[in-house]
Parts: sequence; C-alpha cells; structure tokens
Amino acid sequence: MTLVLLWALKFALLLLAVAMLCAVTRLLIGPTAQDRVMALDCLYINGMLMMLVLGIVYASNVYFEAAMLISLFGFVGSTALAKFLLRGEVIE
Amino acid sequence: MNDFIMGPLPLWAEILTAVFAVVGAAFAAIGSFGLVRLPTFFSRIHAPTLGATVGVWCTTIATIVYFSVQGGNLFLHASLIALFVALTAPVTTIFLMRAALFRERQKGSDVPSPDRARP
Repeated sequence: MTLVLLWALKFALLLLAVAMLCAVTRLLIGPTAQDRVMALDCLYINGMLMMLVLGIVYASNVYFEAAMLISLFGFVGSTALAKFLLRGEVIE
Repeated sequence: MNDFIMGPLPLWAEILTAVFAVVGAAFAAIGSFGLVRLPTFFSRIHAPTLGATVGVWCTTIATIVYFSVQGGNLFLHASLIALFVALTAPVTTIFLMRAALFRERQKGSDVPSPDRARP
C-alpha cells in the first residue's frame, strides 16, 4: 500500500512543478514590474511546498528546515522588492 | 526515489497523507494557473493567495500526519511554516498592492485616487 502513497506524492510533485512553470511564465512575460514581483512571490511559495513534499518522499527532516529557510528569505526578498517599487529605494 | 523508506505505516495515515498532499498541490497549481490566465494585475493578485493559504495548510497537515505516525510522537514543528506564511503573505500582498496603485497613479491610469477613502 506504500506504492499508493508514493504515486500520490509523485503526482503532487508534478502538480507543483506545473505550478512553478506557470509562475515562471508570468515572471518572464509579465508586462509590468509588479507582475514579476508577484510571480516571484508565487514561485517561492510553490518551491517551499515542493520541499515539504520531498521531505515526505525521502522521510527526512532536512527538507523541512530548507522549506523554513525558503519561506523566511522569500518573504524578505519579495518585501524588499515591493518596497523598492513603492519608494525607489529599499532602506530609507 | 530508490531510498524511499518502506516504513510500516498504517493504512489510514498513508491515505490521509496522500489526500492532503495532492489537495494542497492541486490548490497551489490552480492558484498559479490563475496567475497566468487572469487578464489584469488587480485580478491576478488574488490568484496566488489560494496556494499561500489552502495549499500551505494542506501540505503542512500531510507533513504533520506523516512524521507524527512515523516517529511515534507529535511533530508540530511543521505548523511553524504555515503560521509564518499566514503572517507574512498578507504583508507582502499589501506592500505589492500599494506599490502597484502608486505606479498606476503615476502612469495616469484609471485607478481610485488616494483621498477617496476619507471624505
């Protein structure tokens, strides 16, 4: 019955890869700068979810810490970019 | 995926993990697809929040169920990620929305003016 779980997790990984491809598409074709920042925000959340699913697949806790680091630095990065779009500089 | 550990997990835990992982990934995929498909920026900004709320929560529940049953004790560290994303995703969205409104006003587009809220 473990095979069912393995295939479900593989399907989840496939769906997350499709989601990341959609985000990269918007990152490349986005007409304005705020579109690209929003696509980056979506991309790091999808990557973090992929890390969590990979942690279940390999039954390892290291991926969990990687997911936490991705969520931390992703938040800092997209907030800094949004602040840059708003003011023209990050730290006033 | 050769080193997938064939642990003696009970059936209900495997089914619960599989369902929550697939549902979370499906919500993230739907949200990202909306990011590509919707026409304007102000409608597009709604789509990724689907992945940031339901997607993150479902995947976190799958992780908690799997590692709790496998390890034998409650693995609640994973809920930290969901809590952190629930706190930070609205902050990023608000900043981005303000930046987008500011830039659209500078371009002279038809967006609400800043003093409409306070008469």
